[in-house]
Amino acid sequence: MSAHAHNPAVLHHFADAEQQKESATLGMWLFLATEVLLFAGLFLVYTLFRWKVPYVWVKESYLLGITLGGINTAVLICSSLTMALGVHAAQEGKKKALIGWLLATMLLGATFLGVKAIEYHEHWEHHKVPGLNFTYTVPYDNAHPYKVPEQQVFHFLYFCMTGIHGLHMVAGLSILTVIAIMAYRDKFSTTYYTPVEMAGLYWHFVDIVWVFLFPLLYLTGNHYTGGH
Amino acid sequence: MTPENALPKEHYLNHGYGWKSWLLTTDHKRIAWLYLVSITLMFFLGGFAAFLIRLQLLTPQGEILRNDTYNKMFTMHGVVMIFFFLIPSIPATLGNFLVPLMVGAKDLAFPKINLISWYIFIIGALYVLWIILSGGLETGWTFYTPYSTSYSTSNVTAATLGVFVLGFSSILTGLNFIVTIHKMRAPGMTWFRMPLLLWALYATSLIQILATPVLAITMVLVAVERFAGVGIFDPALGGDPILYQHMFWFYSHPAVYIMILPGMGVISEVISCFARKRVFGYKFVAVSSLMIAVFGFLVWGHHMYVSGMSPYAGMTFSLISYLVAVPSAVKTFNWTATLYKGSVSYDTPMLYVLGFLGLFMVGGLTGLFLASMGLDQHLHDTYFVIAHFHFIMVGGAVMAYFAGIHFWWPKMTGRMYPEAWGRLSAMILFIGFILTFFPQFILGYMGMPRRYSVYVPEFQTLNVLSTAGSTILAVGYVMPLVYMLWSLKYGEIAPANPWRAKGLEWEATGPIPAWDNFPVTPTVTEDAYNYPQRPVAEIERERAAGRAEGRMPELASGD
Repeated sequence: MSAHAHNPAVLHHFADAEQQKESATLGMWLFLATEVLLFAGLFLVYTLFRWKVPYVWVKESYLLGITLGGINTAVLICSSLTMALGVHAAQEGKKKALIGWLLATMLLGATFLGVKAIEYHEHWEHHKVPGLNFTYTVPYDNAHPYKVPEQQVFHFLYFCMTGIHGLHMVAGLSILTVIAIMAYRDKFSTTYYTPVEMAGLYWHFVDIVWVFLFPLLYLTGNHYTGGH
Repeated sequence: MTPENALPKEHYLNHGYGWKSWLLTTDHKRIAWLYLVSITLMFFLGGFAAFLIRLQLLTPQGEILRNDTYNKMFTMHGVVMIFFFLIPSIPATLGNFLVPLMVGAKDLAFPKINLISWYIFIIGALYVLWIILSGGLETGWTFYTPYSTSYSTSNVTAATLGVFVLGFSSILTGLNFIVTIHKMRAPGMTWFRMPLLLWALYATSLIQILATPVLAITMVLVAVERFAGVGIFDPALGGDPILYQHMFWFYSHPAVYIMILPGMGVISEVISCFARKRVFGYKFVAVSSLMIAVFGFLVWGHHMYVSGMSPYAGMTFSLISYLVAVPSAVKTFNWTATLYKGSVSYDTPMLYVLGFLGLFMVGGLTGLFLASMGLDQHLHDTYFVIAHFHFIMVGGAVMAYFAGIHFWWPKMTGRMYPEAWGRLSAMILFIGFILTFFPQFILGYMGMPRRYSVYVPEFQTLNVLSTAGSTILAVGYVMPLVYMLWSLKYGEIAPANPWRAKGLEWEATGPIPAWDNFPVTPTVTEDAYNYPQRPVAEIERERAAGRAEGRMPELASGD
């Protein structure tokens, strides 16, 4: 009881700040476990179709183009660095540094989404948006002269996976905005910076998902054709 | 009214008045009530659909419903009962109410998230209402592809999105429970001193967190496939319908453990109290909940023996399905052993528990029939499966839910339900249940397929029995609704611990918990269910003396 009175950041139902922080951390990790399983469903579908029609995967993956995807990968990895530096600044109670790193992270995140939008626009122009604007590459090749429905499946999965990842990025940006405002209003201290840390965990998770998406979607084609 | 049997001046129900104090509450006990009211409405909606199904099956040719309406009715029954009643039933009502009380905390770890989970539930429920208003859904609760993705003209997209949304309510509840049980236990409440309901809810929560997201993404894929016409699941478009079944059952098999595990937890609590004994083999019962959760993830293939599966995969799934029966049997044997030489009394909650034991055993053993690959060829998609499932879910989970609601009703409301009516309705439910579902085992074995609105005339007698039973069952469900509502106003004021039960929720709160549960954080100094033990010989002597004098001595007067 007495512990509460000194620290207004501790909610009434927690015994002390430590219990509150541990609860938040465990809760966040459990939530991330849920997220892993959510993406796992998509990775399962990806694996199955890649095993069924590897030649389609190679051809279609090749169409994605690795330049923009590569730039985006670098941008996201940098944003993980700035996020980690932000959490570090929060631990040390450096308000200005914290806000600076948060803004840098948000800028990089926004850059990622901007580049992604350019890519989506390109797919539209190339008629590779399944269901809305899709043209089969016909004839496919000598071994498979007809249109293969799995062509659409590849791009469908591409949009599902990067789209759901993009939604997570948008959510992450919103969370960081709130955190930055809280930091500006002096809500954090060296003893209370849990929300910054939790936002950091979430941000790193979203980055890691991309680290898997990039090779699976963009590099598959290069991987197979590179040897020839 | 004497002062000791009046309710305290301040408690959680009168802590605030007005709709805001309910709809914006973060008090776990009030959120439990929000859920209780919502799922009760859903239960009667799903029950109404079931009643129409049974009326249709009264005659071989079916006089009541058109065929497509019949399909919509069994779909509505399945979707509502599974996703909107059974999944949230015990965790979201009794669990929400009891988890903080049982661990000795003031609230769940994330009270706001708890409230959000209820709103998400309501949004999901609104989807269902929309589906009903927009003409119904006829895919069955399993949404099997490619029917659901390419052929059904009903509102499948809304249904999948509703289930998607609802899943997050379930995930958030599970997340809250796990964190609370890990981090918010009162001093002295070690893992192996926890009430078994907490162990069961912990195992349930693990499944909710790890399995539900897979269903969510599957539902998204079905919805997007309908929208974009791309073949993830439709073979005509290059998709794989078996993939859908794998992904669906990866959630939906563990989901049956989401539905039954909390019930098993309730049974442990109630049986221990009414036998005045510690649950026999406490640690085994505790760990068996986790074993069920773990094994439960590895058996989904037994729904798909006839869908096209390698015999080796089938054998593996069959073997593991047999293994999952072991922890369930551990529980059943230990409950029975708990009764042995206990001082058993037969109040309403205990009647439900005894009903549970018998019905769950039948349901569980017939599950083994279905887990064997050879027999399943014959029984798959027949009424045998329906009967098995309802023995577990209605005979098991719903009976346990009713046991729990009656058991903790005094703590939730501060008032007693009328005991005589309670016992009567428990008996009516049991009889109605047996009459409804037992004939379905025979029908299924004789080959009556599920989901058909007509059948051959030879099956009529058993179908009439089943329909007759369902009317009795309906009476058994309406009665508690009426007398529970009645007791809210006119029920006797309950003492703080009417069953003289063990556990923080009984011993460390007043007749009805205050807004923040415990004025002082309780300290736990003893094991769960530490009912006073007396030498058996002494109890026997006392009883013999009582019989000789023509009276029954007070039961379990060990203290």
